[in-house]
Amino acid sequence: MSEHSPLAFEGAWALSPAPESSESAHIADHYGLFINGEFVDAEDGGRFDTLNPATESTLASVSHAGQADVHKAVQAARNAYDSVWSKMPSRERGKYLFRLARAIAERAREFAVIESMDGGKPIRESRDIDIPLASAHFFYHAGWADKLSYAVSGGTPRALGVAAQIIPWNFPLLMAAWKIAPALACGNTVVLKPAETTPLTALKLAELCQDIDLPPGVVNIVTGAGDTGAALAEVQGIDKLAFTGSTQVGKSLMRALAGRSVRYTLELGGKAANVVFDDAAIDQAVEGIVNGIFFNQGHVCCAGSRLLVQESIAEQLLERLQARMASLIVGDPLDKNTDVGAINSRNQLTRIEDYIDIGKTEGATLWDAGQTLPETGLFCRPTLLCDVAQSHRVVREEIFGPVLTVQTFRTFDEAHAKANNTRFGLSGGVWTDKGSKVFDMTRRMRAGVVWANTFNKFDPSAPFGGFHESGIGREGGLHGLRAYLSEARA
Amino acid sequence: MSEQRLAVAKTYKLFIGGKFPRTESGRYIAFESSTGEFVANVSRASRKDLRNAVVAARAALSGWCAANAYLRGQILYRIAEMVESRQAQFVDELMREGMTRDAAQYDVQRSVDWLVHYAGWSDKYMQILSAVNPVASQHFCFTVPEPVGVVTAIAPRSGGLFGLVSVLAPTIVGGNTLIVIADAAHPLTSVALAEALHASDVPAGVANMLTGRRDELLPQAVSHDDIDALLSADLTDDEWQLAQEQGADHLQRQPQLPTSAIRAPGDDGLEAIACLQEMKTTWHPAAQ
Amino acid sequence: MTEVTGTDQLWRDELTRQPAVDSVGVAERAARFQTRSIKNDSKRQGLLRVLSMIDLTTLEGADTPGKVRQLCTKARQLHQSLPGLPSVAAVCVYPSLVEVAKASLADTDIAIASVATAFPSGQAPLSVRLEDTRAAVAAGADEIDMVIARGAFLAGDYTRVFDEIVAIKQACGAAHLKVILETGELGSLDNVRRASWLAMRAGADFIKTSTGKVQPAATLAVTLVMLQAIGDFYRRTGKIIGMKPAGGISSAKLALHYLVMLQETLGPEWMNKHRFRFGASSLANDVLMQLARLHDGRYQSPQRFSRD
Repeated sequence: MSEHSPLAFEGAWALSPAPESSESAHIADHYGLFINGEFVDAEDGGRFDTLNPATESTLASVSHAGQADVHKAVQAARNAYDSVWSKMPSRERGKYLFRLARAIAERAREFAVIESMDGGKPIRESRDIDIPLASAHFFYHAGWADKLSYAVSGGTPRALGVAAQIIPWNFPLLMAAWKIAPALACGNTVVLKPAETTPLTALKLAELCQDIDLPPGVVNIVTGAGDTGAALAEVQGIDKLAFTGSTQVGKSLMRALAGRSVRYTLELGGKAANVVFDDAAIDQAVEGIVNGIFFNQGHVCCAGSRLLVQESIAEQLLERLQARMASLIVGDPLDKNTDVGAINSRNQLTRIEDYIDIGKTEGATLWDAGQTLPETGLFCRPTLLCDVAQSHRVVREEIFGPVLTVQTFRTFDEAHAKANNTRFGLSGGVWTDKGSKVFDMTRRMRAGVVWANTFNKFDPSAPFGGFHESGIGREGGLHGLRAYLSEARA
Repeated sequence: MSEQRLAVAKTYKLFIGGKFPRTESGRYIAFESSTGEFVANVSRASRKDLRNAVVAARAALSGWCAANAYLRGQILYRIAEMVESRQAQFVDELMREGMTRDAAQYDVQRSVDWLVHYAGWSDKYMQILSAVNPVASQHFCFTVPEPVGVVTAIAPRSGGLFGLVSVLAPTIVGGNTLIVIADAAHPLTSVALAEALHASDVPAGVANMLTGRRDELLPQAVSHDDIDALLSADLTDDEWQLAQEQGADHLQRQPQLPTSAIRAPGDDGLEAIACLQEMKTTWHPAAQ
Repeated sequence: MTEVTGTDQLWRDELTRQPAVDSVGVAERAARFQTRSIKNDSKRQGLLRVLSMIDLTTLEGADTPGKVRQLCTKARQLHQSLPGLPSVAAVCVYPSLVEVAKASLADTDIAIASVATAFPSGQAPLSVRLEDTRAAVAAGADEIDMVIARGAFLAGDYTRVFDEIVAIKQACGAAHLKVILETGELGSLDNVRRASWLAMRAGADFIKTSTGKVQPAATLAVTLVMLQAIGDFYRRTGKIIGMKPAGGISSAKLALHYLVMLQETLGPEWMNKHRFRFGASSLANDVLMQLARLHDGRYQSPQRFSRD
């Protein structure tokens, strides 16, 4: 037993590395575009590499779709819509979605590992949240396919046609499921563009579409960067655009749709307030704050990135929060004990570090627990920016990283005024033991999702989406279906 | 032989924040009958009038959206009463805008009925649009509609009282506050409606009426950062393009009513309410 | 009906000022500890640490001197061939068997714990419970595990609960006092937090979840709430209180997750037998089985481990 460290019956107990095996992850050297049920190379042969952000090594090369490829994919979706999907009995359509739900569940571990390798998120999250939820989204929407007349009041629902869908890199497979499942359930066909830094699980999903014999062209996946997304928004022949990503890109897409009869839903950025009152269940609030901002490295549009704490408990809350942050394990995304994984890309890491610098310049007091970061790869410690005010950029702008600003308030009115003092309106959090205060604050918060005494909860049946510059429309649940159905009445 | 009497002409003004100001610009539109006779000078609202209306609408929003549904229904019904009791005035104005007497009477009656229809929606749409979401965790999760906020409605070119009511009623019954941009060719009815609103119990600023030119006011309405939504039914392709391009800067909601909805009462009253609501999903743990 | 006095009201005021507890949030946090993956050396280290924290327990009506002597033998020698094993922290027996245990363990540093105070119900006059305590101490008990008057607590008679703990503590003399809240009877995690506070204020050296005679006994969730109360008490008073979950912890894996929870909630300072104990009868063997598996690289048969 000499290879072991000396026995210790006191003091700190270190957790040994617990890496998830990557053997189950079958990643090809190259993935083409998934058009009309087949993987094909881009017309101009364009390719790009997708990296593992924890090591910055290449995982695979992926085709880069240009305008011609996007056009081809939309044509394939149109043909599939006209010839197969719109004619299929809705119950049969639903069964394909059930199959997809099951297929994801069957290969859940492989998907989780690839998700963590391609995107940097901790395996605990991809394993326990992303992949199961993606499967659940297909399962939930599968059941809607033959019940759509109950989803609209007083009309006969009809599909829109071809849906163009552009998704971000923070929840690659889950966002693909959020987009594809309702679209297909409502009878649309889709062309989906994954983010350029995280294309792999969407392409693996394309393999599943083949495995379950989904008719060719019902789901098409075009990989590429912003230019591919722009081409998809601009191409003629789409009936609907669904986008999740930054507010800036969302606005440009809305402009691209101007004057065209293309329906759209946009899920954009956020800067959510997480409001903690002095009567809150303080230890659960601390956990909720941590879960609110450090979940998925803070790469979450609905992250609780602004902590607003009642002044009378600010000190004790911060003490507990810092103690909790010190217990967060930052490192290898594939280690089962990692709480905070790798930052998705070098660009994003630079952006986060820039914001931390801006915070310092603006006079913020910086705090982190000083975790040792891996020597290679893209990592950022969970960070607090204290002594900030509403006028600071770090309070106003979305950082999209593990950085929490900390402000205090004195009264209820001050709390909701500060909470709503933002361009965004995606989510909010409130912590109090008093029921009437919960209802009043959740009603006053101008945000599409409000978590009271909890945070960052998601469910296929729960509508999600933003007010103001956090987006237009809802996804998920009953209300999400309406975004993929025609309003035309019988 | 009766003595000749000079009629007292009415000054057609804007309706902002519960008051009837003249346009700050001093500009006017000389409104002529279909046969080309001068009828009246009508205020030609400017961008500053729009700004003032937005300020009034924003100020009225928190009170109006917090007013209970029963009260909002009562007030909608009160508007219907006021319009009904002013039938003659509305018919006169509609005729001066070019309608036949029969058409005008029919239009007013339908408008009253449509207001009553929406009065009845006030305490029902929320139940229909809401949902309790059966989430797979120990939480109680529900989704309810909330008013989108300050809305500008573009009154239809086709005119008529019904056209105005079809954008006004679903907007304010849903707790939004409103600025109507009346059609330049049909300004008289809109001012009469403003007067009826004033005589109802509609709180100041909840509904504001601007007469003026669509080509001047639409670009202001879609670029104004503090207007949450634009409601329209008959934008031209060019207007629609402009609206989306400008509105994109602040993600303005721009729902369109189907043209059928501004012509006659139909079965889509709920859709018109729903398109000006934001859905809010709330989660709370459910356990002792 | 119990009379609620002015002092009870003061206690009530103090206890209701304890932080609220949201049970869903607690359950989520508790589940999160269980996602920690403990491998290789950390597993071995953790298992050894668990062994060193065990109060090896027998609390049966059928207990005899023979049974207790066997238990003590096990406590001294947990396994015949595994190297480097610690001894358990204590054996825990009824007061009538303290003398037997003391004699068996005289030459060790294994402590003798005894469940005095009319265990497990506590439904005896205070004078009897005090005498029970004194007798156990006189017989050689180093640690007394007392039960609180749950009925009085639930009735709002906090003064009585407090005063009784103070009295028992006094009767303990030099012996350490562990106060059993019997959380399975307290009805809510808010009550667990409040009872924890009351016990610590009254002089408990340890607070303990359960007698093992009531279900549910120890859970991660209830232990987490008590650990958080201990943290509060430390921040407020500077006093260090120990924690003992008891009942229902029979697998090594679960015990390791308790250790994870302890470390992530109160920190490394609490990671020793002076501040944390497991009250368990069958846990030790499962831990030994896992250690043997780590040592041999083979899965083990339970028959290779002595059952006493």
